[in-house]
Amino acid sequence: MQMNMVAAINNALSQCMEESDRVVLLGEDIGKDGGVFRVTDGLQAKFGENRVIDTPLAESSILGMSIGMALGGLRPVPEIQFAGFMFLGFSQLINHAARYRSRTRSTKPVPMVVRTPVSGGVRTLEHHSDSPEAYYSHIGGLVVVEPSNPYDAKGLLIKSLHMEDPILFLEPTKIYRLFKQDVPDEMYEVPIGKASKVSDGAQLSVITYGTMVPLVKSVVQKKGVSADILDLRTINPLDESAILETARKTGRVLIVHEAELSFGVGAEVAARIAEKAMYDLSAPIMRVASPSLPYPFPGYEQYYVPNELKISQAIDKLLSA
Amino acid sequence: MLKKTFEGFVDYIQVLDEFGTVDKSLLPEDVTDSMILEMYKSMSKARALDAKALSLQRQGRIFTYPPLLGEEASQVGSAMAFRRGDIIVPNYRQHAVFMLRGLPLDRWFVSLRGFEDGAAINGAKDTPVSVPIGTHLPHAVGLAYAEKYKKSGNVVVSYIGDGGTSEGDFYEALNFAGVFKVPLVIIIVNNQWAISVPRRRQSAAQTLAQKAFAAGLKGVQVDGNDVVGMYKVVKDALSAAANNEPTVIECITYRLSMHTTADDPTKYRTDGEVKEWEAKEPLIRVRRYLTSRNLWDDSKEKDMQEEFKKEIDEALAKAEAFKPDPKSIFEHIYSFMPEVLKEEQDAAIAAGFWLDTSSHE
Ligand SMILES: Cc1ncc(C[n+]2csc(CCOP(=O)(O)OP(=O)(O)O)c2C)c(N)n1
Ligand SMILES: [Mg+2]
Repeated sequence: MQMNMVAAINNALSQCMEESDRVVLLGEDIGKDGGVFRVTDGLQAKFGENRVIDTPLAESSILGMSIGMALGGLRPVPEIQFAGFMFLGFSQLINHAARYRSRTRSTKPVPMVVRTPVSGGVRTLEHHSDSPEAYYSHIGGLVVVEPSNPYDAKGLLIKSLHMEDPILFLEPTKIYRLFKQDVPDEMYEVPIGKASKVSDGAQLSVITYGTMVPLVKSVVQKKGVSADILDLRTINPLDESAILETARKTGRVLIVHEAELSFGVGAEVAARIAEKAMYDLSAPIMRVASPSLPYPFPGYEQYYVPNELKISQAIDKLLSA
Repeated sequence: MLKKTFEGFVDYIQVLDEFGTVDKSLLPEDVTDSMILEMYKSMSKARALDAKALSLQRQGRIFTYPPLLGEEASQVGSAMAFRRGDIIVPNYRQHAVFMLRGLPLDRWFVSLRGFEDGAAINGAKDTPVSVPIGTHLPHAVGLAYAEKYKKSGNVVVSYIGDGGTSEGDFYEALNFAGVFKVPLVIIIVNNQWAISVPRRRQSAAQTLAQKAFAAGLKGVQVDGNDVVGMYKVVKDALSAAANNEPTVIECITYRLSMHTTADDPTKYRTDGEVKEWEAKEPLIRVRRYLTSRNLWDDSKEKDMQEEFKKEIDEALAKAEAFKPDPKSIFEHIYSFMPEVLKEEQDAAIAAGFWLDTSSHE
């Protein structure tokens, strides 16, 4: 069926809830209202208030309570209304969700999937456009996933709910309703920790994820260059083999993400390539990202987020190096 | 218009006073002399363990240790009230609770010797020590929600210090517990100090128990040095919680020892204050009571202490024989082994990093 990302995620949640009564959703406004982006629309009516739980407004306890639920044998899917507000619960993720398994030597894993909308491009209020994946990817024990299309969103979410790990599931708001795609009706899994090759090419490799995937695709197409485009899909743990493979193949690597440049995911990807595939490169690794400053108010947004021109110029520079 | 929309009060309960006298009107029916004797033995064992741990830390045989001296009653009294199936979410000072929950002593020592393996207990529902203050309370709420969801009838009991009641997670957890009406009991161990900060600097509220009211929960105070009172209050709270009425219990006690082995309490409190509380400590009154009932004497005390010593020494020997496996620290991070992490593990093994301990000696 043709679905946008919102429908695909809703579909995945619904199927997982049918599959196991241990799956419960909780968060702010996710029940009656169906979530501010309507991702959980209709699920409370279908599964009841005990399984689709409207919580009080407190992120730390939404995440902390989910940890307890997971320890108690449930499979919670907390929603944080916007990623910019998850920092109020950061300690629960870094101090507990990510560490329970090691603290108890695998006797108490914390299987939970934290869903939250990320990134900008849709002209929202301050704090509603952040791309915080790097903070979370620095935490060993936490899996960080970010789909860039409806098909991957459904498959990655189902896979996440079948795993025994705390998983941060980042949903790019810009892509929520950007396009529809053929999404299978039945349940299927997309593997965690595996990047996806979006296009095959010879001249350069563009490594990206999230909101930048559709943009990179269109720039590459318009320019008529022959590029390997790698959509990471899972940010932590990184699919290093796929990264090295494409880097060795084309010898020219551009990394594109919406999050700030400094200390971003791009730095990690670049470092791994530099460590292991340096002599296969024909040009220095390049990065395109947002400037190293806080996400501005919506009026300035278009000058901040990487756009077609910025990516295009980077490709030109890389190919002429 | 002017009307009163809320009125609250906090009960304070004491069953066995400092002189060993029992308030019969409050004594629970199931509390017999033999149970009080049991309580005394458990408190004594906790104290013996505590003394041992302190000395081991001084010898460098365990790492930082938070002593329980003075808080035996709040721990033993509450732990004796638990029902089969109840789940405990402790803070770091509840050693006697661990002990009464059946945590093998050698595992306890393994934890104190700095190895996660001490907390690796298959099937155990209690959670291990949580160090970030207050952050475990939302877990207790979630666990309680899960028990209610599964209709198990089990109750979750969590412990937090007086200092911990200032944390945001404390307030959030109470609030969530009230909204979701979960089977939960929260025990505030008000031992008067949060490291160097006295109780009055944590909150201007007259009692910590009354914080429950803001979340729509019941709040009660108890003499935390009275093991029988503790037992009663926790037992009542467990019954209420089983009916989905969460309770907050503030037990008034005193940390007679240092905060942890890294702390020097003479910097912030007077000897006089400590002396005052020593007179009210939890074991004296029980011994007085038992002696008055001809149930205890010096020779029984001596035999008991010898037994403890033997048991503790055996457990310690077992713990000290535990051989950690350094490479295993990589193996409990995810449900799967990521390639990138495997590579780090392989590199560390290949380089023989395990063999170089020079910088730690
Ligand atoms: C979130 C957090 N902040 C600070 C600390 C450092 N710390 C450890 S114990 C403690 C005092 C706790 O006092 P209280 O809650 O009264 O418990 P007690 O130690 O008296 O049992 C502090 C500040 C911590 N462990 N966690
Ligand atoms: Mg204290």
